[in-house]
Amino acid sequence: MRYIRPLSIEDAVGQLTGSSGTAAILAGGSDLLVRMKGGFIEPELIVDIKAIDGLSEIRETAEGFSIGAAVPCAALGENAALKTAWPGVVEAAKLIGSKQVQGRCTIVGNLCNASPAADSVPALVAAHARALVIGPGGKRTIPVETVPTGPGKTSLAKGEIIEAILLDRRAPRSGDAYLRFIPRTEMDIAVVSAGVNLTLDEQGVVKAARVALGAVAATVLLVEEAAEALIGRKMDEAALERLAKVCAGACRPIDDKRGTVEFRRKVAGVLARRAAMTAYARAGGK
Amino acid sequence: MAGVAVSTTINGDNFEYLCQPDETLLDVLRDRLGLTGAKEGCGTGDCGACSIILDDRLVCSCLVLGAEAEGRRVETVEGMAHGDRLHPLQQKFLEHAALQCGICTPGFLIAAKDLLAKNPDPTEEEIRFGLAGNLCRCTGYDKIVRAVQDAASVMKGA
Repeated sequence: MRYIRPLSIEDAVGQLTGSSGTAAILAGGSDLLVRMKGGFIEPELIVDIKAIDGLSEIRETAEGFSIGAAVPCAALGENAALKTAWPGVVEAAKLIGSKQVQGRCTIVGNLCNASPAADSVPALVAAHARALVIGPGGKRTIPVETVPTGPGKTSLAKGEIIEAILLDRRAPRSGDAYLRFIPRTEMDIAVVSAGVNLTLDEQGVVKAARVALGAVAATVLLVEEAAEALIGRKMDEAALERLAKVCAGACRPIDDKRGTVEFRRKVAGVLARRAAMTAYARAGGK
Repeated sequence: MAGVAVSTTINGDNFEYLCQPDETLLDVLRDRLGLTGAKEGCGTGDCGACSIILDDRLVCSCLVLGAEAEGRRVETVEGMAHGDRLHPLQQKFLEHAALQCGICTPGFLIAAKDLLAKNPDPTEEEIRFGLAGNLCRCTGYDKIVRAVQDAASVMKGA
């Protein structure tokens, strides 16, 4: 096993591409080290990306925000501009683990660990976030929902690294929210979760919406029909009822000790509805 | 496996060590440097017994590689007292009997130190949330919360 800490992203890509055995990217390590300890992975090469210039920064750009791959989730909550623009993304990231884990874990790690129950992912999908990928073939920007392809699996090719998560500059009258159900009050894995992102017109009518559900399928679901239930409407009871029904119907959950299929379907609708109401209020809707 | 040479700062002192690439900072602290304050409870980041502060962030040292400490600042429970003078948190943990077996205590002390550094006047709820990454199977937490509240008021007055 080798541990390296490259200073440039190009070097990191080169090292990952040239490695013969299993290579692992180390940012926060809150998944990687647990998997190594459990014997689930034995990397031949560990590439620590935290010394790469810019990867530990949240940058506000003309287009919006760029959150570097090595930024710990605790730093998201400390960034006032990001919290104001994307409160749903920040509240989702802040739900991952304890204070100790928050000091290490990253949203890129949460995305690439590819758990269907990852907390930040539904919020990022609802927020229309993109991943900036760099690899041996150059750079590309892809929607975050195309990164996880199944539990523990991603669409990234050998040598590819997600350099940053990109979020849009906020349109006026926009708001997002994330909610999850866990049987405890904190520090648990989502049984069901929902992220909702809305933009309203001047009359408070929803003109753009994205709804994402977590922990109810092999990957996070972007439910377009749920968004359609909200677009053109205010948060009236009929729209919310339709949203809940569509979300319940879109779920393809498993039955396990954390929740039954029936329970997950029902709660998906309830959470989507509540997250939509919070997002609506945050967007200034009344 | 080739060893990794690391130069770091622990509790204000410079340390140099060689470690294996897959060796955790917790193992380095305990087994190579003799700093046995941080404890291994779960080894998977769930219990907080191995809590340390790494460049002003509270982390589990079982989820950090020893190699990652290069050029960084590490604070452990060993750095809290000054000679015979205990840190107010340590003093209040004693006074409130906020420990029984003591395995979780170094982690609680470091987590509480980090909490009070960022929020010198926390509510009870903020203390309970702030220390939720530290598990204690003896005290039922109430004595720990009281000790932290008392230490916070002493530290504000200081």
